[in-house]
Amino acid sequence: MSLAKIWVFAEDSGDKLSTGTLELVTKARSLGDTVEVFYAGTNAAGAAAELGPFGVSKVYTVDAAGSLLGVPVASAMAAQIESGNTPDLIMFATSYDGRDVLGRLSVKLDRSVLTNNIDISVEGGQVKVDEAIFGGATLVTSTFTADAPHLVSFRPKSFTAEPGGAATAEVVAAAVGEAGKAKIVARHVEEREGPVLDEAALVVSGGRGLGDADKYSMIEDLAKLLNGAPGASRAIVDAGWVPYSYQVGQTGKVVKPDIYIAAGISGATQHMVGMKGSKTIIAINKDAEAPIFSIADLGIVGDVHKVLPQLIDAIKGR
Amino acid sequence: MNVVVCVKQIPDPAIPGQLDPQSNFLKREGKLILDDSDAYGVEMALQLVDAAGGGEVTLVSMAPNNEASGLRTALAMGAAKAVLISDPALAGADALTTAKVLAGAIDRVKPDLVLTATEATDGYTGTLPEQIAGILDLPSITFAKKIEIVGATVKVDRQTEAGYDEVEAPMPAVVSVTAGVVEPRYPSFKGIMAAKSKPVDELTAADLGVTPGAGQQIVSVIAAEARQAGEIIEDDGEGYLKIIEFLEQQKVL
Repeated sequence: MSLAKIWVFAEDSGDKLSTGTLELVTKARSLGDTVEVFYAGTNAAGAAAELGPFGVSKVYTVDAAGSLLGVPVASAMAAQIESGNTPDLIMFATSYDGRDVLGRLSVKLDRSVLTNNIDISVEGGQVKVDEAIFGGATLVTSTFTADAPHLVSFRPKSFTAEPGGAATAEVVAAAVGEAGKAKIVARHVEEREGPVLDEAALVVSGGRGLGDADKYSMIEDLAKLLNGAPGASRAIVDAGWVPYSYQVGQTGKVVKPDIYIAAGISGATQHMVGMKGSKTIIAINKDAEAPIFSIADLGIVGDVHKVLPQLIDAIKGR
Repeated sequence: MNVVVCVKQIPDPAIPGQLDPQSNFLKREGKLILDDSDAYGVEMALQLVDAAGGGEVTLVSMAPNNEASGLRTALAMGAAKAVLISDPALAGADALTTAKVLAGAIDRVKPDLVLTATEATDGYTGTLPEQIAGILDLPSITFAKKIEIVGATVKVDRQTEAGYDEVEAPMPAVVSVTAGVVEPRYPSFKGIMAAKSKPVDELTAADLGVTPGAGQQIVSVIAAEARQAGEIIEDDGEGYLKIIEFLEQQKVL
């Protein structure tokens, strides 16, 4: 038995919808009869045009009036629910704004949340979600004990985005019950060259084994030569060598490239959960006992300060 | 200015985690340490109080037992006092219940600002800051890279996918601090000695009028399919050639 209605929190990434949004609506379509989204971006017509072919029948637009999205989007959803328009399930991506809306909504509805999931199933009307813990070594399946709507969030790349279903989505303005008090006064876009970390076909990540912050340039050089994206372990993000947006792992990005190169990364469970879905893994680490070698297709037990320059020179020389 | 920092004491993340076979809850017995993620919030709070020229930092934490060794670490860094909600009935509490407990304790302190990490290292639900703000009906700004107080306004550089946003909110407010944005101080010997006598008030869920529980339950736990290791070689000065060969096979080169 499928669910009657599912809502998805739809988000922009640049000038189009985020990949995560399309992944979620694709999955929602397979679980529910009706899929609707809440959208607080600036191009509702564009979002509707993109979402219709993915089986979405309605786009509720939320005017956040320049505030962070948590309060206005959650209050718009709660207002619909109070008026009797109640979905069985509300799906969020594990994103900055997704987490804000999810947290606020859970208080407004007094409902528990299940976050960081990688899969979902519906059996006899009961929603079950799967979360990978301990670096992906253990799979935990959970369910809710309270009534719908159930609130869930998913890691990126849990599902594959594919069009299908209804062709047009209706755009409807949703009333905002409560305006947000946290106002955005300026936006800054940090220019970045090359492919985006969580969409790149090849990722080169560096960790504490690099020794100091200056050495991270080797990771950037290699990534650029191979047309990949540079990434990082949590240890060097915490150390302030690179921004949080470079972080691969449990509390960072989930990447699934064709090739993942881990240099000077020991393979803490925190990191592994973010990259073990890569098609192939190459690891360079001086400690032969490093856990990263247990999942590497090719492991070089050696000094990154020797191997990386040799590798970079050899590729440059081709 | 008075700041509350929500901190969590967790099992040492360097030791592989385990689930209790009966309850399926994460085992949290024995010595707990201050979650690394929280050291940034504590440091940020100390700096903000310093910059404001007065006030104090209060820690608020929840634990299923009365373990306080992690709190002592943060007190040694310079926090003035701590409130520990320790209650065996809170074992297995979900994020919303945890938020109700922490919000109840924060409401007694009535601070100008509440700081949290973006998520805990052991459970990482990641919704707590927003839930606390929702319960206390306060504005919130998540993923702060930088925090500045100007009058009764908190100004934050907030991490985004594309870069960062400058966001402002009236205080009191809840702000979650991204890891790595400040350098947490090491407790001095003097700080460690002073921390031993700093007050740690213990409360129960009942003191705060919160009913322990969880709106969710685990239905199964299984081992995920293990990934097999491939070829591991010792670098003899030509290990890089193996990588070149691998990249050629994958048609990257």
